[in-house]
Amino acid sequence: MSGSNDVAVLGVGMHPWGKWGRNFVEYGVTAAQDALRDAGIAWSDVDFVSGADTMRNGYPGYVSGATFAQALGWTGARVASSYAACASGVTALEAARTRILAGLADVALVVGADTTPKGFLAPNAGDRPTDPDWLRFRLLGATNPTYFALAARRRMDVYGATSEDFAKVKVKNARNGLANPNARFQKAVSVDDVLASPMVADPLHLLEICATSDGGAAVILCSMAFAARHAGSAGAPVRVAGVSTVTPTYPNTVIDLPDMATDSTAVVARDERTFKQSIAHAAYEEAGIGPDDLSLAEVYDLSTALELDWYEDIGLCKQGEAERLLNDGDTQLGGRIPVNPSGGLACFGEAVPAQAIAQICEVTWQLRGQATGRQVEGATAGITANQGLFGHGSSVVLVR
Amino acid sequence: MTAKTRAPALGSEGWFTADPEPALLGQQCTACRTFVFPKAGYGCPNPACLGTEFDEVRLSRSGTVWSYTDACYQPPAPYVTPTEEHVPFCIAAVELAEEGLVIMGQVVAGVTVADLRVGQRMELVIDVLFSDDDTDHLIWKWKPVTEGEVA
Repeated sequence: MSGSNDVAVLGVGMHPWGKWGRNFVEYGVTAAQDALRDAGIAWSDVDFVSGADTMRNGYPGYVSGATFAQALGWTGARVASSYAACASGVTALEAARTRILAGLADVALVVGADTTPKGFLAPNAGDRPTDPDWLRFRLLGATNPTYFALAARRRMDVYGATSEDFAKVKVKNARNGLANPNARFQKAVSVDDVLASPMVADPLHLLEICATSDGGAAVILCSMAFAARHAGSAGAPVRVAGVSTVTPTYPNTVIDLPDMATDSTAVVARDERTFKQSIAHAAYEEAGIGPDDLSLAEVYDLSTALELDWYEDIGLCKQGEAERLLNDGDTQLGGRIPVNPSGGLACFGEAVPAQAIAQICEVTWQLRGQATGRQVEGATAGITANQGLFGHGSSVVLVR
Repeated sequence: MTAKTRAPALGSEGWFTADPEPALLGQQCTACRTFVFPKAGYGCPNPACLGTEFDEVRLSRSGTVWSYTDACYQPPAPYVTPTEEHVPFCIAAVELAEEGLVIMGQVVAGVTVADLRVGQRMELVIDVLFSDDDTDHLIWKWKPVTEGEVA
């Protein structure tokens, strides 16, 4: 059964993740061409190009939709470029979905790609004392792993999580990534390997924190009517059933990048859901399904411990039960609800504007039964979840 | 040798005071009374309030640890490493009960993560973030309250 607000995923494509050091446009074009081939349509069939921006590659990155459109050859298609930190890919997808649902486009290309510098992600150069992203580095020395570690330590002190629990997330994801040709890291690791890697921000070790990568991902979205006309031997298409790009509700009470403080709960009571809980909740509401209906989830494991937070925030278990879910094997391939069968950020590293799109590629392959070597058997529904900085986050429910 | 000038680190001017006691300076909306730290640049962040005027308030000088970590690697610029070689330091997020705020800060030198736990009491101090030839650049830091001390 399909909902009246569904759109179809006609094609997906990726450029492998790595540290290639080449122009990001190349990765995006490769991914877009793969997605067009996968969809079985011509580039000229696309009437809307929605780019997810990169902030680290100069002007072409700020107008990514036009950059990719020109590289593929101008066709007169409408264009938009979106930036929403780690959620950029889904913000671009949402622009395409809403345009299709409004009847203003039939077929859209959603594409994002990045070339990243080495080491910690740091703010742009120059003194910018009114920019919270500059201030947290300057005044506190607070890097991205600082925030990941605050979340991890809280799990330990409040729920009794251990370093071994966290390491097991990496072990699971590394095993899944062995079968993913687009993953940057395809190497099995043990709990001992993880715990022996250098401590970056206690309690998180180097192997528990996602790297920054180069990569590109693309999705061809179309109206259900176009998909029906186009359907060949491929059978029913994967559908986008729900998209969430919600912002936090005041007071936002969980400290997150790049802020140095939370909102105040002195006057306005906290919402029943935290921001991260509200992200997936909105996607479920739109899709009309819940966590019990899922076959798999792709969540943003910026750190091992953050994957465990997501188990709770997308409703796979109650608060404080994520470690039990992991240790029972529920979230491994073959378990009740596999999480990050792609290998996750643990195996990819983050290519910011491409990552949320890559999550959609993986769920699409899973729902089509094409995730060779890492297939979740009989998958019918999947969710993606991610969180960026400055109040961005996204979640997409896909069904087939 | 003349004494160095002591000044808030760039970007934190007006965010804290050492006089008469160390305290963060937040704001309280004159309309809805919610608290804000760091100071609101534009208007009240409470979406139900259109307030644009604030009282400057001294925030509670002590609170409890919400979470904590350390910086084992040298943070990149614009962080200024205060010593020749990077010395790991802790960062804590501390919950102020009265204001309902959680505020991050470096923890004073000499404290390691082994000395910290969620829920423990911390107090605010004003300390040197880094120094250059003529100025000590100041910032707030959190310091564990030892048993028997009154914060």
